[in-house]
Amino acid sequence: MTAVPVAAPVSAPPSSAPALVPGAPPPATVFADVWRGIGRENPVLVQFLGMCPTMAVTNVLANGLAMGIATTFVLVGSGLFVSLFRKYIAHEVRITSYILIIATFVTLADMLLAATFPDISKALGPFIPLIVANCLLLGRAEAFAAKVPVHRAVADGFGMGMGFTLSLCLLSTIREVLGKGSILGHDLFGPRFEPWVFMMMPPGGFLTLGIALLGLAWVMELKKRRALVTA
Amino acid sequence: MSNLAWIFVSTLLVNNFTLVMFLGLCSFFGVTAKVETAWRLGLANTFVLILTALSAWVLNTFVLARTPFLRTIAFIVVIASVVQILEMALKKYIPVLFRQLGIYLPLITTNCAILGLALFQTSRSYTLVEGLVFALGAGFGLTLALSLMASIRERIELTDVPAVARRMGLVLVIASCLSMAFMGFAGMGSAE
Repeated sequence: MTAVPVAAPVSAPPSSAPALVPGAPPPATVFADVWRGIGRENPVLVQFLGMCPTMAVTNVLANGLAMGIATTFVLVGSGLFVSLFRKYIAHEVRITSYILIIATFVTLADMLLAATFPDISKALGPFIPLIVANCLLLGRAEAFAAKVPVHRAVADGFGMGMGFTLSLCLLSTIREVLGKGSILGHDLFGPRFEPWVFMMMPPGGFLTLGIALLGLAWVMELKKRRALVTA
Repeated sequence: MSNLAWIFVSTLLVNNFTLVMFLGLCSFFGVTAKVETAWRLGLANTFVLILTALSAWVLNTFVLARTPFLRTIAFIVVIASVVQILEMALKKYIPVLFRQLGIYLPLITTNCAILGLALFQTSRSYTLVEGLVFALGAGFGLTLALSLMASIRERIELTDVPAVARRMGLVLVIASCLSMAFMGFAGMGSAE
């Protein structure tokens, strides 16, 4: 939720042995690294990272999906490079270096999207370059990719990206179905459907995520109670 | 002149950066637990926004005209440096303010409102004066949204809320209501 990751108190530059890096995440299989981003540490629904794109582009499913895929691309790319160069980046300039790596991949994603899907690129507007300022990217670079071998950093980037994409798809599906009565532009309910325009407007974004979070908290609460009863 | 006034009012209310354009939501949800800090962060942001508008204009006019593909990278690096320089200058010359802002100053670098301002300023091709007024409106708009949210959250602390809504869910629903209220300003006209 905070804009900058809580930096582990690292005083010395990362040493050569990965196991000795202070604050390094515990060893896990690649599968676990991927799965964590989708489930328990979901960036949107659990960690509240990257809220701006989550709200701003989820009015129709196509936009949410494009945003999710672009962010995944940047997460995987920056994870790969941050992890590759983790032994050469001096501690004092690490945040700037991560930002530069991220900005390079964002520029790539921006150009690729503009070349392949010009309509979506136009609809997303400045929100693709704004991926740079998505706290999720800097957070994963600082807290994870800089401290683990390359394959784990890529797996984590992919998992986080997928978790992000899935949450965005969930929100944008709800908003598109209610606000436009369509899904991916295909009409669902016929001409007699009165679209709930509110869902397409900014307040609808806040409300959809708010209700999703309330529902999630309610399910968790029920689970906890059931566990108490059975115990 | 009326154009400048319109840019100011439009960014302050009609297209409020936080509540209507969804920029700077991290700080909107992260540091709005107390009115005092929200207020200070808003003003710090305003200051950085004005500096950013200035540097974005310099970059656009003298550097990026021939190399538009470097825009994202150039903006973010310049913003990071501006924040860093501001931090050092404050520490040296106004240590009181520096201590009061504390951790919020470096946090501003990853606030998407700052980068968003630079990008919007470019896409709308504002002149230097227009850009500065735009930054002022955006900064005051952020401060307004942050203090409104913080005031409401301070009240919620004292009320009996269901356990399920204790966390972010309720805050988001409140944000939705605030945003809805700001949609009312849309009657004043559209942005452009």
